[in-house]
Amino acid sequence: MGKDALRDKVSVVGVGCCHFGENWDQSPSDMIVDAAYEAYADAGIDEPQKRIEAVFTGSLYTTQGPHECADALKLFERPVSMVSNYCATGTDAFRFGVMSIASGLYDTVLVVGYDKPKDRGVSGPSVMMDGVRDLPRTPAGWFSLCAATYFDRYGAGREDLARIAVKNHHNGTLAPKSWLKREITVDDVLGARMISWPFGLYDCAAQTDGAAAVVLSRSDLARGFRDDPVLVKAVTISSGPNPQKDPGNDFLSWKPNGWAAADAYEQAGISDPRSEIGVAQVHDCFSLTELLAYEDLGFCDKGSAKEHIADGKFELDGDLPVNTDGGLKAFGHPTGATGVRMIYENTLQLQGRAEKRQVKNPRLALSHNLGGHPTACGIAILGRD
Amino acid sequence: MAGISSYGAYIPPHRLSLDALSGRAPLDGGPEKAVAWNDEDSVTMAVAAGVDCLAGFDRKLVDAVYFASTSYPFREKQGAALIARALDLGRELQATDYSNSLRAGTTALRAAADAIDAGSATCVLVIASDCRMGAPGSSLERNSGDGAAAFLVSKDSAIATMEASRAVTDEIIDVWRSEGDDFVHSWEDRFVVQEGYAPRMTEAVDGLLADGDDSVSDYDKVALYGPDHRSRAGVARTLGLAEGQLTDAFFGRLGNAGVAFAPLQLVAALENGRPGERILVANYGDGADALALKVNDGIEQLPARRAVGWHLERRQPVTSYDQYLKARDLGTSEWEAQAGPGLSATVHFRERDSNLSFCGQRCRACGAVQFPVQRVCESCFARDDFDGTRLSDRSGKLVTWTFDYFFPTPAPPTVVGIVDIGGARVHMQLVNCAPDDVRLGMPLEFEFRCMHRAGGRPNYYWKATPAAEPATSEGR
Repeated sequence: MGKDALRDKVSVVGVGCCHFGENWDQSPSDMIVDAAYEAYADAGIDEPQKRIEAVFTGSLYTTQGPHECADALKLFERPVSMVSNYCATGTDAFRFGVMSIASGLYDTVLVVGYDKPKDRGVSGPSVMMDGVRDLPRTPAGWFSLCAATYFDRYGAGREDLARIAVKNHHNGTLAPKSWLKREITVDDVLGARMISWPFGLYDCAAQTDGAAAVVLSRSDLARGFRDDPVLVKAVTISSGPNPQKDPGNDFLSWKPNGWAAADAYEQAGISDPRSEIGVAQVHDCFSLTELLAYEDLGFCDKGSAKEHIADGKFELDGDLPVNTDGGLKAFGHPTGATGVRMIYENTLQLQGRAEKRQVKNPRLALSHNLGGHPTACGIAILGRD
Repeated sequence: MAGISSYGAYIPPHRLSLDALSGRAPLDGGPEKAVAWNDEDSVTMAVAAGVDCLAGFDRKLVDAVYFASTSYPFREKQGAALIARALDLGRELQATDYSNSLRAGTTALRAAADAIDAGSATCVLVIASDCRMGAPGSSLERNSGDGAAAFLVSKDSAIATMEASRAVTDEIIDVWRSEGDDFVHSWEDRFVVQEGYAPRMTEAVDGLLADGDDSVSDYDKVALYGPDHRSRAGVARTLGLAEGQLTDAFFGRLGNAGVAFAPLQLVAALENGRPGERILVANYGDGADALALKVNDGIEQLPARRAVGWHLERRQPVTSYDQYLKARDLGTSEWEAQAGPGLSATVHFRERDSNLSFCGQRCRACGAVQFPVQRVCESCFARDDFDGTRLSDRSGKLVTWTFDYFFPTPAPPTVVGIVDIGGARVHMQLVNCAPDDVRLGMPLEFEFRCMHRAGGRPNYYWKATPAAEPATSEGR
């Protein structure tokens, strides 16, 4: 099969997302119901038990596996599966949904990503002591490992990272369902307590509870759901070696980013991403992760990110707005939900429904997850036509 | 005749000012003691002293390991076996722990010489290591220090022959620690010195001299255990030592290192030893041991060790008593430190070559060195075609780094980096390195350390430390 085998075969016909945050009074099931029933309504589905033929779920912290979603939504007598791929879980669940329709097996499926980290009693990931090697084992420590090398090579610094956090906080104030709605300044970022150098508190994403859902359908049936379905142009996952033990790693970029981007652009028939992509949601678990994504995904040349950050290219009114809803930083990061939340935002942007944060006339929208050490990158590209 | 063919030592770099112990502002150059940090204990110090001692020697020649300590973390489970594994000495060896008495170090040394003279061993690694705990505020806390000394004992006696030994054994309740006690107890110190330490030390030394028809003036250097500076000077007076005969005990720099104290003085004496010199060592604990050694010509050929001198110079002052309490887990906490079952024993068993011996593998097909052990080559994808290779005594280079502010440590941040070791990449913590001193590409070496105590057990692995300049033999 050719790389374009998926292109345009599947459409997003409904999206939903619960309010992300410290949802102390909501169970995973409560959030799943909020997100899925919003997606049903968005797709005009009022009898989901009859219309949804299969469910693909993704969660990192689940204690019940796929049954959690099946039971919450009472979707029985059909396949309900769970995908786990660290922070790329949401995009991978979406990918399985897309492939299941493209294969011809189903007409309409539901994708649900969710997580409930705030029931664990810790802020952020816990310090794990179940081994002796590779300690401390925290995402901030892993993702910061490109900083010393990148700063040394390209002359960027903490101020450049801070501007990314400031941008995402601003965008978050414009998204109704985001967790953090507070403008911050570069000085706030630089003055915050350190987590793992060069990341201070504001360089780190907000770990929250949340769920997001997408209804997918065969493209030739999509207009039966709504008039403005969004086409799936590409979706891919690339695994990579653990950069911490990969002998060839230069710690200037994350290898899976480039591999996944090349595959996604080929699937979608994109030759010049920086002019063709109109809006992007990229994985900003940490400020530097977003900076490296600009370069690894081809939004700008290697080493030039700080100049484009300075001239506003990635802000809401820039040439290529990134993380229009505040991203993981401000919207929140319930691990399994994040990739699906990005599909939700990109769908609204392509349909012109993003209200105060609407970017001008995007035709192609990219979403990007980076998970593990990082060891997996997921990319999905949606298009208006 | 059996003797010493190599020596080594380890003294932890952290130094607690005795002024800080008394609640006063530390004075520059004031008295201090060496303290093991939160990731060190008698095992990690023993391994470091062993590494120093074995430098330049084929580790496969060692056929016995004797480990002497009163502060080994396990009541049951052998320390010598753990140390042998960390030093990658193989399984074909005899291992024994010597414990329960401050005399254990010299007893082990004497036993090693006996085993060699009897023909049951050819090369014995003897390590004395102690990390004694004095209760906060006690005089033992003030006087004690931490450290380890190591010796290779073999038939060739390359650097010193063990000419004679003498032991006296006596029962006395002077210092003791019962099951469950965290701290060492002591009866009134005047009793301990007058009826224990002083008479038994002179009895053992006098006996040794009588055996050899010697006088104490026949010895160039006399190394004496001592609970404190004053009591030790008293024994030296009784023995009639002349000016310059008594070795430096490093009070005010190291402290009384328990089982390792007299052995460390012996290491220091050998470090500056000249062929033909005679050294007398006396050690106390439930009686006393006396050993007589004669330095041989081979001492000129032994490559320089870090030994005592280098380690005493390497200082990292502890800035507060509170930090010391945290490092020794003497503070209070709402939660039991690092509770839970800890490491899986089966995982520990499978990974002991990687975690304890710090051995990786070299691909027979493409030559790439990698860590940890894995089935398919990272570089050429050959399967199951590797030779083991030890990384712990190689040099490394810092590829990248970060500072972690959350990992539990007495003084955050923890410096963490990716280290290139002969092409293998390893994620490691850096010690003995202030954040301001971290540089991309800096050369590194490796030290065995306790990573955490989850499950109530020490869980060991290796950390990186800035590579030191090679030790010089200027002292000789």
